[in-house]
Amino acid sequence: MKIDPHNLHRFHGGLHLPGNKEVSLQRPLARVPLPARLFLPLQQHIGTPAEPCVEPGEAVLKGQVLAYAEGYVSVPVHAPTSGTIVEVSEEPVPHPSGLAARCVVLEPDGEDSWLQRPRPGEYRSLNPSALRNRIREAGIVGLGGAGFPSFIKLNPGRRRKVELLVLNGAECEPYITCDDMLMRARPEEIIQGAEIMRHALGAEQCVIGLEDNKPEAAGALREALQQSPDARVQVIAVPARYPAGGEKQLIQVLTGREVPSHGLPLDIGIVCHNVATAAAVFRALVRAEPLIDRIVTVTGAGVKEPRNVEVAIGTPLRDVIEFCGGYSDDVKRLIVGGPMMGFTLDSDQVPVTKTTNCILVAGHAEAPDPLPALPCIRCGACVDVCPANLLPQQLYWYSRARDFEKTQDYHLFDCIECGCCAQVCPSHIPLVQYFRFAKTEIWSQEREKRKADHARQRHEFHLQRLEQEKREREERMRSKKEALEHPPGAGEVADPKKAAIEAALARVRAKQAARDDPRTARESNLRQPDEAPTAGPQVDKTGR
Amino acid sequence: MLFVRASSPHLQPINSVALVMRRVMLALIPGVAACLWLFGWGVLVNLALATATALTAEAVMLRLRGRPLGLFLSDGSAVVTALLLALALPALAPWWLTVLATGFAVVVAKHLYGGLGYNPFNPAMVGYVVALISFPLPMTLWVTPDAAVHLDLLQTLAYQLRGVLPGDLSVDAVTAATPLDAIKTQIELRRTLSEIREGGGAFGAFGGVGWEWAGLAFLAGGLWLLYKGVIHWHIPAGMLGGLAGMALLFYLFDSDTYASPMLHLFSGGAMLGAFFIATDPVTASTTDRGRLIYGAGIGVLTYLIRTWGGYPDGVAFAVLLMNMAAPTIDHYTQPRVFGAPGDRRGG
Repeated sequence: MKIDPHNLHRFHGGLHLPGNKEVSLQRPLARVPLPARLFLPLQQHIGTPAEPCVEPGEAVLKGQVLAYAEGYVSVPVHAPTSGTIVEVSEEPVPHPSGLAARCVVLEPDGEDSWLQRPRPGEYRSLNPSALRNRIREAGIVGLGGAGFPSFIKLNPGRRRKVELLVLNGAECEPYITCDDMLMRARPEEIIQGAEIMRHALGAEQCVIGLEDNKPEAAGALREALQQSPDARVQVIAVPARYPAGGEKQLIQVLTGREVPSHGLPLDIGIVCHNVATAAAVFRALVRAEPLIDRIVTVTGAGVKEPRNVEVAIGTPLRDVIEFCGGYSDDVKRLIVGGPMMGFTLDSDQVPVTKTTNCILVAGHAEAPDPLPALPCIRCGACVDVCPANLLPQQLYWYSRARDFEKTQDYHLFDCIECGCCAQVCPSHIPLVQYFRFAKTEIWSQEREKRKADHARQRHEFHLQRLEQEKREREERMRSKKEALEHPPGAGEVADPKKAAIEAALARVRAKQAARDDPRTARESNLRQPDEAPTAGPQVDKTGR
Repeated sequence: MLFVRASSPHLQPINSVALVMRRVMLALIPGVAACLWLFGWGVLVNLALATATALTAEAVMLRLRGRPLGLFLSDGSAVVTALLLALALPALAPWWLTVLATGFAVVVAKHLYGGLGYNPFNPAMVGYVVALISFPLPMTLWVTPDAAVHLDLLQTLAYQLRGVLPGDLSVDAVTAATPLDAIKTQIELRRTLSEIREGGGAFGAFGGVGWEWAGLAFLAGGLWLLYKGVIHWHIPAGMLGGLAGMALLFYLFDSDTYASPMLHLFSGGAMLGAFFIATDPVTASTTDRGRLIYGAGIGVLTYLIRTWGGYPDGVAFAVLLMNMAAPTIDHYTQPRVFGAPGDRRGG
């Protein structure tokens, strides 16, 4: 695949948004000290939650597995530091629903002692499958915000050939600068991670795509590339336009090709990972460090000292904000993620997870109250900006009318929920909310349908079984009737039940005879008290 | 610490209906100025009457429907309807004509269908057509573009409110047929265009006499709207292209019976219609390809009605006819979704 940095393509729609990025780049990267307690959710990834394998009171070391992966789409959770397990309980976690989830609660002991790790060894000698296993064991998920287990996305499968690995450093949302900071501070980790990933995928080339508003990061990456001339990695700056950092949009800009609707980039021979994921892969393979911390941007008018920080997974948001100077007077919303796609939280007592890329404490001017929505005037501004070429207007009408079949006809599930349409709507209609509502309704309907199908199958089987029993009963009645009408001859066994009773009586008589026999009397006397009561028909002396 | 919960996006909104309407009103200013200069104070009286009626009617309907007044009155959509309708009406229309037309437009064409965003037909054009069909005489008394014979403000008010003209003037002195009207009647009288041109009263420098300047002014306003991104180019391009295309076709065939494209573009409501009326988002097609077809349909129908229909100008009827077709056009012109094969339909 030929990528010409001077001949890039465009994606449809998109918006030019004010970046607001300088404010969090003024201070250097710093490490947040460990809090009093770490809360590690068992599910920080798409897929099945991990299963805890530690007990309250147990002492653990840094990097130790606290919960193992359950099923295929799952990764383990590791201890970010040494300490004692307090409990495994339901704790508030950062999620738009505000619900709690199971977490391992860990109390650091201040020693920060590492688990005995094997010497990293030469990762280049590992085959792709072993590489993927190591990446899985390190608990690495997509650090761009989605949290899909990375080892799965590094598996090309038997039938597909991966030509290109794209590393996404675009970071198109306003305010967020964690990837920018990482690219500036540790470019060599990203490049080496890219090489490892390329090897795991069997891809021939790798492109790091970033927006052209990050010249320092591009410079740092290019300098680091000069140190590793063997790396088949290219750094390409794309025009800054939201959402250039969307996986499908970035691929379109770089290669001109479109990921098929309802498909994956793998379908066109491309795999896309975040730059931070690549750095995490480097640490896992070269330093044998599992994923236990990440860089988070803390910004917004509501924070006194906006900056990028390195945080241990499980640190409560409150502690992170305290480290950044605490809250200012102008606090309106606490947003996890960026202003276009982030979700709000009720409280700051939730922990940083593997997918927390930004904590945006928005002030009153930055995040004003939503204005009342007017009716849709069919102006088409939403259609103009949709990067997925959808008709948000039609999706809105049908979602509102709960005509979910029609929404799917208009490709509802191709919506990436970027928020461009809602941002330009003159009637201030919360379009993305309608689409999320429609999607969840459809999923819920599908679940109900599956349950109903299952219940119907069981019911049908139940009826079938009853039918069969009825037939068997009739069969027995019929044969019994026949036996009564035609009594059995001398040698015939008329009724199996009668025969069984005869046989039991015969056994009892034999036993009685043996007891009365003086030769076996002592033996049976000794045996009798130890004998367990028989399960068969209990016949006592009166029943003879 | 109390945090407010909200759904993304969490940014200052950058657009609003009021902003869109304000921009449309700004873009109308050159056209309004040209009309004032061409047709006198009557234009201003009409604008004022229509605006007042529209706002009152809207307020009454909102109250009857139990909707919040402040939110909907301030979006400016009723005012834009009123302005466009007032510009479409003759300058010396009696007050009751303006009030009736505007009232009908706002109450029936807009609110009885559900209010902002729900009306299938362009309210201004509905009001105009109702007035035209119900009161054909007052609707054809157009002021002559000769400024020398214009009435002053008080005289205009006197005529429009009380139907009284200054002593020495008669209605014929201050009114004249529009260029399109003149051409139509003359063509029916079997005159050729060159004869009509010599007779005077229809042809101006490049379009219909007088009306060409109004058309130019509306064109300027429309281009500004395009530049600001308030309207898309597809509808004006489609409409003007359809109109000019049809005109060119027949003009080349017989230039003495069929008016030139320039005349068609710069007389009557062509420019006002192309940039301000047909582009009404609520009633137009919403897909880009659909807009081209919709605009072209209006242009072609306008030409047909102007040349062979019963009315001198066909913009209003053409717009209403295409309003009917807009949902069907939308259905068949869906854009291709990202990642899908070339599929044009919505399912």
